Amino acid sequence: MSKDKSEYLINRKDNQYEVVIGLEVHAQVTSESKLFSTSSTKFGAEPNTQVSLVDAALPGMLPVINEYCVKQAIKTGIGLKAKINKRSVFDRKNYFYADLPQGYQISQFKDPIVGEGKVILDMPDGQKEVGIERLHLEQDAGKSIHNLDPKNTFVDLNRSGVALMEIVSKPDLRSPDEVNAYVKKLRSIMRYLGTCDGNMQEGSLRADVNVSVRKKGSKEFGTRCEIKNVNSIKFMQMAIEYEANRQVNLIEDGQSIDQETRLFDTKKNETRSMRSKEDAHDYRYFPDPDLLPLEVSDDFIEKLKLEIPELPDEKKKRFIEKFKVSPYEATILVSDNETSSYFENVIKKSDVKLATNWIIGELFAALNEKNLEITESPISAGNLSKLINLIKEGTISGKIAKTVFEHMMEGDKDPKKIVEEKGLKQESDPKALEILIDKVIDNNRDKATEYKSGKVKLFGFFVGQVMKVSGGKANPQLVNEILKKKL
Amino acid sequence: MSDITKQSLSELVKNIKEKKISSIEVTKAFIERSEKSKELNVYVTEDFSAAIDKAKRFDENPNLDLKLPGIPMAVKDLFCTKNVKTTAGSKILNNFIPTYESTVTQNIWNEGAILLGKLNCDEFAMGSSNETSFFGCVQNPIDKDLVPGGSSGGSSSAVAAQLTPITIGTDTGGSIRQPASFTGIVGLKPTYGSCSRYGIVAFASSLDQAGPMAQNVRDCALLHEVISSYDEKDSTSIDFKRNNYVKELTNNIKGKKIGIPKEYRVDGMPKEIEDLWKKGIDYVKDCGAKIIDISLPHTNYALPTYYIVAPAEASSNLARYDGVKYGFRADGENLIDMYEKTRSEGFGAEVQRRIMIGTYVLSSGYYDAYYLKAQKVRKLIKNDFDEAYKKVDAILTPSTPSSAFKIGEKTNDPVSMYLNDIFTVPVNLAGLPGISIPAGHDAKGYPLGLQIIGKAFDEQNILNIAYAMEEKINFKNKITDWWIK
Amino acid sequence: MSIDLKTIKHISKLSRISVDEKRAEKLAGDLNSIFEFIEILNELKTENVEPLTSVAETTLKLRADKVKSKNLREQIIKNSPQENEDYFVVPKVIE
Repeated sequence: MSKDKSEYLINRKDNQYEVVIGLEVHAQVTSESKLFSTSSTKFGAEPNTQVSLVDAALPGMLPVINEYCVKQAIKTGIGLKAKINKRSVFDRKNYFYADLPQGYQISQFKDPIVGEGKVILDMPDGQKEVGIERLHLEQDAGKSIHNLDPKNTFVDLNRSGVALMEIVSKPDLRSPDEVNAYVKKLRSIMRYLGTCDGNMQEGSLRADVNVSVRKKGSKEFGTRCEIKNVNSIKFMQMAIEYEANRQVNLIEDGQSIDQETRLFDTKKNETRSMRSKEDAHDYRYFPDPDLLPLEVSDDFIEKLKLEIPELPDEKKKRFIEKFKVSPYEATILVSDNETSSYFENVIKKSDVKLATNWIIGELFAALNEKNLEITESPISAGNLSKLINLIKEGTISGKIAKTVFEHMMEGDKDPKKIVEEKGLKQESDPKALEILIDKVIDNNRDKATEYKSGKVKLFGFFVGQVMKVSGGKANPQLVNEILKKKL
Repeated sequence: MSDITKQSLSELVKNIKEKKISSIEVTKAFIERSEKSKELNVYVTEDFSAAIDKAKRFDENPNLDLKLPGIPMAVKDLFCTKNVKTTAGSKILNNFIPTYESTVTQNIWNEGAILLGKLNCDEFAMGSSNETSFFGCVQNPIDKDLVPGGSSGGSSSAVAAQLTPITIGTDTGGSIRQPASFTGIVGLKPTYGSCSRYGIVAFASSLDQAGPMAQNVRDCALLHEVISSYDEKDSTSIDFKRNNYVKELTNNIKGKKIGIPKEYRVDGMPKEIEDLWKKGIDYVKDCGAKIIDISLPHTNYALPTYYIVAPAEASSNLARYDGVKYGFRADGENLIDMYEKTRSEGFGAEVQRRIMIGTYVLSSGYYDAYYLKAQKVRKLIKNDFDEAYKKVDAILTPSTPSSAFKIGEKTNDPVSMYLNDIFTVPVNLAGLPGISIPAGHDAKGYPLGLQIIGKAFDEQNILNIAYAMEEKINFKNKITDWWIK
Repeated sequence: MSIDLKTIKHISKLSRISVDEKRAEKLAGDLNSIFEFIEILNELKTENVEPLTSVAETTLKLRADKVKSKNLREQIIKNSPQENEDYFVVPKVIE
């Protein structure tokens, strides 16, 4: 495997293979009620307690669409700089499964609500544009539970009918790292918009990953395999790595690749073919006759545009221009809304340069170590701001600040109090300093003599010594003044 | 009053409002006659004792401002009724008890009516003779071993036999008008979107409409007024201003332009149907209406179109009957085995046939050739009507190409069975209102119907024309009560 | 065109209705006569015709995002063929 620069290639004997990846991300729309019914979408409820007559597909029940979900999909489309289709159609995708009560999923096939768009990725070697093919609205299925009973499968329909956005990328991704960046960027945009919480543990964001390989330089796509329903970025990356190598091995062996659906086994770290190939899927899509075409006006879309907040790309631009942070720093700071607003809160009352360094450096490292999100940070933006000001004012040195920071991580405490309680404040009592300074001069008689004889450069040496003896706490300004007198 | 069951709905309402008769008397009279009429096999589920309780309660505290005060009535077993078994004429729903009420039936109960029971119908409303019902054939009160039409065969038979003063059916391709014609009663298929589909077991969503069936046009108008409503629970329900259909009912149709489509003169149409149609034309002329020859050029393509669109939608609508959530389940070794056995044993032959047709026309490689093609032809059929309505106010046709046939006569030939709906199907495809009124008898004394097709939302107009014609025709059903021993 | 037994088997699989040989033969016969009757549509040229999905001349109405449906578990599971207090139960799904 070669990773020179950013190019991700699979090497075999004389051949180099490029990996082509497209993603179908299923993002749960943030809404109170389901796409076509009035039951709740809350996560973690008792089984089958959030199932309406419509969700359970009782005879004669009909779907009625949730306006908010439509708005959320359009907003996401705007966030993806995509074409919003003023007329879209809901189709039925027909197949039988225990957790699909209607025997069909209401989805959008030919005429999705959102058309082509794009997402910009910030990769270490520059920006990369990934095309969005489409975004459509559809219903989620329920959940089949296979491990509660040896003979039976149990079905929970709480999720049945929850609104999903399926966001289909073009086959523009070329490496697991790009997939990582793409999913994170997508999630970031949707979180900024408030259209999907992006919570992968709760299944709010999953993806079907299409993988194919081709010899480097080839323009033709290879045969692709679709890895279904992968629910973490790490697993997506592992699955791609495994799958790409599997395909390359087949080609190298002179075998062909079957276009098929595969599953990623997270325990064995491998993909495997889904069975039941005999029932080649034929979903018999047709427009749902219980629904009419969805039509939205220009006015409707314009109003939604007004609700769009500043998105990561624009925010990044602003941070660079206004706060003079580097592009690298800006990318990190805008990665999600929570980080950027934390940053903006810190710099309301403190120095930008110091704040940037402290957030990206100390804070992120500490949060990472404790596996915490920025929203769970023990240090509030206000307190970090205070810490930075203590440094700036000279109350503490940068070195001491690190000690104070560690204390702050233990619990959200005011840095001023920590400094006082632990006696970390600078020594500014002239008498105390005089004693210290006398001691230093005493211990360095020869150097004092040299200084007096004109070697003024040695002044720095004495300052250093005093600071060292004081454990970094001596007030440098006072030290200067007293030293000058004494020497 | 011994002749309670002979009274029309309007008479019963009047008598109850004038306190000449009580709800319990009326209810008991219909129950008594129903008990004597088991041979007709109109009921799938009788709810008689509950009906008596409700009638008593009504009489204790009667609200006489309602449109159907204390009127007992049975409904087609395709409407979900809260806590009363609803089967759609199918084994697969044999034990299903809804916990909810359809909007149409709710509208009826809200106006004071009382449920007598659920009426037999073709399985999932798929049939033209009521022979596909899991619960057996229904007898037409006109003659023994005669089909009552379908799919609302239990409904038509029950009204004709006076076991219920009125009823509601559903009409996807003629399921109200054809059985009304076969039993000598009035049946209205309203404009698509006029009556809510919420709580009605779906057959073909883009075609299904509930509608009233009654002994006369006035009763039909009254019941239509009750059931037609805008419903937020049905996305295809249409919010338009509904008339006071009874109040606005008039026999003055002077100057109305009535279209006669030449394409409805089909090959092999019996002479008595042709004669009936001519008579109908004379009647409307007598009423002062103008007759205008029109053309509906795609009429011949309506039935093939229907037999693509309806099964396609049905194949998907009936996917929910899978043995998982409700209804019949056959044992299976695994999920798929259970599905296949449940649906094979739970659905009857005609339903299976239509699911298969529907699955086929939607399947990969055939969608464009069949389903898409049918949707396009459907557009042409609708365009035909749009064109015609630039020239006329309504269209007059026969309701069916023949009178009622014998039980078993057509069961082995699906196509000849389907041909029964040749005059009614185009109306569903175009989403228009159509009413069938009894207009005469054939040589055997079996009733024959005429159909008046209106513009969308123009139910008032076709009710008025039907009302005017009814007066001229003065139809009398020839029913001998042969089944009462 | 003709619908053969293989096609019948295929669509019976898709529609999850098992059919034995005898049934399949009967169905093939029925479907062939029905499709023969449907073939007449091929007489029509429809290249430039917009397909008609719904005759309801209105646009899709949108409902407010409000939770109205309560916990109906008991009601919903009541009619299920194999009961369990919390879940719908089906024979084991073989993946």
